[in-house]
Amino acid sequence: MTAALPISLEVNGEPVDAHVLPRLNLADFLREHLKLTGTHVGCEHGVCGACTVRVNGETVRSCLMLAVQTHGASVETIEGLSDSGEIADLQAAFRDRNALQCGFCTPGMLVAAQDLLQQETEPDRERIREHLSGNYCRCTGYQAIIDAVETTARARMGRKP
Amino acid sequence: MKASAFSYARATSVANALELLVAYGDKAKVLSGGQSLMPAMNLRLISPELIVDIGEITELRGIAVRGDILSIGALTRHVDLLRSPEIAAHAPLLTEAAAHVAHPAIRNRGTLGGSLAHADPASELPASVVALNATIVVSGQTGERRIAAGEFFTGIYETALSAQELLIAVEVPVAQKNSAHFFHEFARRHGDYAIAGLAAQAIVQAGLFTELRAAFFAVGDRPILAKAATKLINIRITPAVLAEASATLGEELDPQEDQQASAAMRRHLAKILLARCASALLGPPAAGGPV
Repeated sequence: MTAALPISLEVNGEPVDAHVLPRLNLADFLREHLKLTGTHVGCEHGVCGACTVRVNGETVRSCLMLAVQTHGASVETIEGLSDSGEIADLQAAFRDRNALQCGFCTPGMLVAAQDLLQQETEPDRERIREHLSGNYCRCTGYQAIIDAVETTARARMGRKP
Repeated sequence: MKASAFSYARATSVANALELLVAYGDKAKVLSGGQSLMPAMNLRLISPELIVDIGEITELRGIAVRGDILSIGALTRHVDLLRSPEIAAHAPLLTEAAAHVAHPAIRNRGTLGGSLAHADPASELPASVVALNATIVVSGQTGERRIAAGEFFTGIYETALSAQELLIAVEVPVAQKNSAHFFHEFARRHGDYAIAGLAAQAIVQAGLFTELRAAFFAVGDRPILAKAATKLINIRITPAVLAEASATLGEELDPQEDQQASAAMRRHLAKILLARCASALLGPPAAGGPV
């Protein structure tokens, strides 16, 4: 049973069939098998948030989920969110607000921030902080990231930033 | 790091999961939400031979009220606890506690059953079920066992659950009229493990506690149901009464020291939590300044 197991899932809207070892986590499956390297691998134990993706519409840590567990699931990565244009405004706000420097945390930050903005139309800074509390940034710092999320929320409400 | 190699079985039913657990014993690990198991495996703290994935067992899902018992399936995720109107109505302590568990992406996967079976002494849900006087339902080859939450946790990551049993549900007595609850934890950052925390369930009548179950977490090797709480029953809470209960609490707790806090600091924070609980549920002490 340590042998590779077949899985069928959907990744960014496209069907994927693969054989994976049970020990392979979803982050490594995305990066190494599908070459979707936008999902970053930081701590590998669920602390840093760099590997955040959506599974069946909900954010998860892809380092804390086995690839075999995604059989039958729909997975969306930063590439999917970016290519569809779903978060174009959020990405622009990150750029405008200087909310990234090295960019390592950015994919996870964007996925987590979009998750909040889908649930709440006008979160205050405290809520944004709370929702992003599981995502680490080691260079730019958090103020600019919160600025960018707040700006996007306001713009989506049709208000001036 | 990456997990070492293991075999994987997707259990199709509780009976199927139990067959696998009986065959493999403590060489198998049950995978529920995986939010504690996967980090431990990635860090190579544990290397099970077989992972029994119970995620697809539908009979372990669901929240239902039967008479005066709220039954919560083991696979109920933290996010489900947070959003459930039944939990909010009948066990609001769990709603509040779940909000303190880690972060949204973790709460989307982590489960109640997994958290209880893992039994981290610093986590929120074990203490909450002790405060709620819940019953843990476990299934084994010979049938079901019902274990009082207060007797379920036996040490750090240790429970009354055997390697051949599966935690299937939690039964919580529904909140009565006059029920009140308190939940608070001290942590360095939101979502971190608590340095000290308190989950409490009480019955308040005419400004007095007629019942108070105060379960402290992160101050011992398991959730600690404080005997000191009995000092606050059926008595008007004055600073003197509170001081006596506080002193008793300090004596009965034996907190660990780690990089986050000394034992003395944990004991101090536990006393603060007890005072805040009394103050939040009954109002400030009858005489004297704020605590």
